[in-house]
Amino acid sequence: MSEKFDAIVVGAGPAGISAAYVMAKAGLNVLLIERGEYPGSKNVMGGVLYRHQMDEIIPGFYKEAPLERPIVEQRFWMMGEESVFTSGYKGLEWSKEPYNNFTVLRAKFDQWYASKAVEVGALLINETVVTECIVEDGRVIGVRTDRPDGDVYADVVVIADGVNSLLGKSLGFHKEFKPSDVALAVMEVIDLPAEKIEDRFNLEPNQGTTIEIFGDATKGILGTGFIYTNKESINIGVGATLSGMIKHRLRPYDLLDYLKDHPIVRPLIRGGEPAEYAAHLIPEGGYNAMPKIVGNGVVLVGDAGQMVNGIHREGSNMAMTAGRLAAETIILAKQANDFSENMLDTYRVRLLDSFVGRDLKKYKDATHTFETHPQYFNDYIPMINKAASQFFTIDGVPKRDKQKKIFRSLTEGKSKLGMVQDIYRAWKVMK
Amino acid sequence: MEGDEIMSLVPRTNTLEEKQYLLRYRADSQSHLHVLNNDVCATSCPDKLCTLFCPGEVYKWEGKRMSVGYEGCHECGSCRIGCPYENIKWEYPKGGHGIVFRLA
Repeated sequence: MSEKFDAIVVGAGPAGISAAYVMAKAGLNVLLIERGEYPGSKNVMGGVLYRHQMDEIIPGFYKEAPLERPIVEQRFWMMGEESVFTSGYKGLEWSKEPYNNFTVLRAKFDQWYASKAVEVGALLINETVVTECIVEDGRVIGVRTDRPDGDVYADVVVIADGVNSLLGKSLGFHKEFKPSDVALAVMEVIDLPAEKIEDRFNLEPNQGTTIEIFGDATKGILGTGFIYTNKESINIGVGATLSGMIKHRLRPYDLLDYLKDHPIVRPLIRGGEPAEYAAHLIPEGGYNAMPKIVGNGVVLVGDAGQMVNGIHREGSNMAMTAGRLAAETIILAKQANDFSENMLDTYRVRLLDSFVGRDLKKYKDATHTFETHPQYFNDYIPMINKAASQFFTIDGVPKRDKQKKIFRSLTEGKSKLGMVQDIYRAWKVMK
Repeated sequence: MEGDEIMSLVPRTNTLEEKQYLLRYRADSQSHLHVLNNDVCATSCPDKLCTLFCPGEVYKWEGKRMSVGYEGCHECGSCRIGCPYENIKWEYPKGGHGIVFRLA
C-alpha cells in the first residue's frame, strides 16, 4: 500500500476519529489506522462522554449515536470505612436536549464514530500496528506498519496512539513517563436489569447517574473510584496513581474487589453479573507532563499528548477538541501546501488557548500536590465522615457542645497551623 | 499498612481468573512482552513489583525466572512504566491480536 495520503491518523479513539472526520469531511484524503480488531476494541474509559465537544464535530450526534443514559445526577462521595459523606447535583435540564453528558460503552460508541468518519470519506484500516514514523530530513513523511510492504506516506501524520504513545516517544517528543504521571485504572461492567438500576439510583428510564468516590475507595491513595449507570449495566472502577500502587504494594483488582464489597457500594450492584473486566492507564501528569505536540509533518492529539483533566474526569472531550483543532490546522496547511512545524504550530496555539490548555494549566499542580500530601485523602476524608456522624447523631448533647467537641476531635493530634496550610494549599492548586 | 495487610480481609467478589475469563483474547504465537534480564529480577528486585500491580497478573516469579503470561495482557503499559529497572521491553501485539474489549 505505498500510496500517498493527505493525512494519516494513527489510532481510532476519540482524538483520532475526530481528526479523521473533520479532515475527510473537508475533502482531504485520510487514512485512519487502528491496531485493534475494530475501533474501541482496545479502548477503555470510565464511561462518561460529554456532549458539547462532540456536538461541535457532528451536530445532533446524540440522535443516532449508541449512547447509554444521559446523566441527570452527578454525585461525589467522600467515603469512610463504613460511611459516606455525599454531595452532588441532580438537574432534570440534563435529561433533555441538548444534554450535558452521557454514559457510553466505548466498544460500541467508537465503532459508530469511526463509521461516521468512513461515511464522509476516511479510509479505515483495522488490525494494523504502526511501528514507527518514517522520518526524512527531520520531517515525518509517513508511517511504517506491521503489514507486509506496509509503508504509507502522507503530508502529515496525526499521532493519536493513546496514553503510552510509543510513537511520540520514538520521535523524542517525550521521555518515558514516570509512575506518578499515570493512573492505573481497572473497572468491571456489571449487568443489571434496567428497572433495578432505576430503583437503586432513583432514576426514570433514560436517566443516568454518576458517582465519583474519594477516600476509602482507594484506601487513602491518591485516586478515585467511580460508579456509572448504563442502560442495563453498571460500570464500576477504581484508579490510583501507579506510583501509589507501587508504594503500597497494591494489586489493582484487589482495590476493585474492595470497592465492590464495600458495605455502602454492595447494595447498588447486588445480584449483578460481571460482564467485562478492563484495565488502562490514564495520563494524569497534566500540563507539566505534556509532551511536544507539533513537529514537521506531525501533530499529537488526545491521551498521547496527556490531555486529561483528572480533577474533572474529562479526557475524551479534550481529545475530540484536540483532534478537531489539529484537523482544522491541517486543512489550512493543505491550502498553503506547508506542513512545517511552524505552520502546524497554529494547532498548539489554538489548543492552549482553548478550554483544553486553560484547564490543564489551571490544575497543573493539583495531582502532584495531592500525591505529595496524602493527608487530604488519608486524614481529612475520614475526619469529615467522623464529624458528620457526630453532628447527625442525636444523643442528648446540645448542639453548641457538639460543635465544640467535633472541632476538638478534628484538630486532635494536628497543628492548627498545619491545617490552615493544608486548606490554603488545596485552595491554591484548585482555584 | 501495606497492600497485603490492607487487602487481607477483602472477600473476593470474583477472582482475577474469573475476571480474565470475561475477556476475549486473540493471542499471537509470539510474546509482545520481554523481560530483558532475568538476573535483574532475581538479584535487584526483591519486591517483584510487576507481579503485584499488573492488572492481568501476567508476571509470575517462578523462583528463578519471571514467567510472562502475555496471553492475558491488557496492553495497559504499567509494567513498562512501573518496572524500577526498565527491564521490560514492551510492544503492542501484532495488529488485530491481543485483548479485545467488547464493552469497555
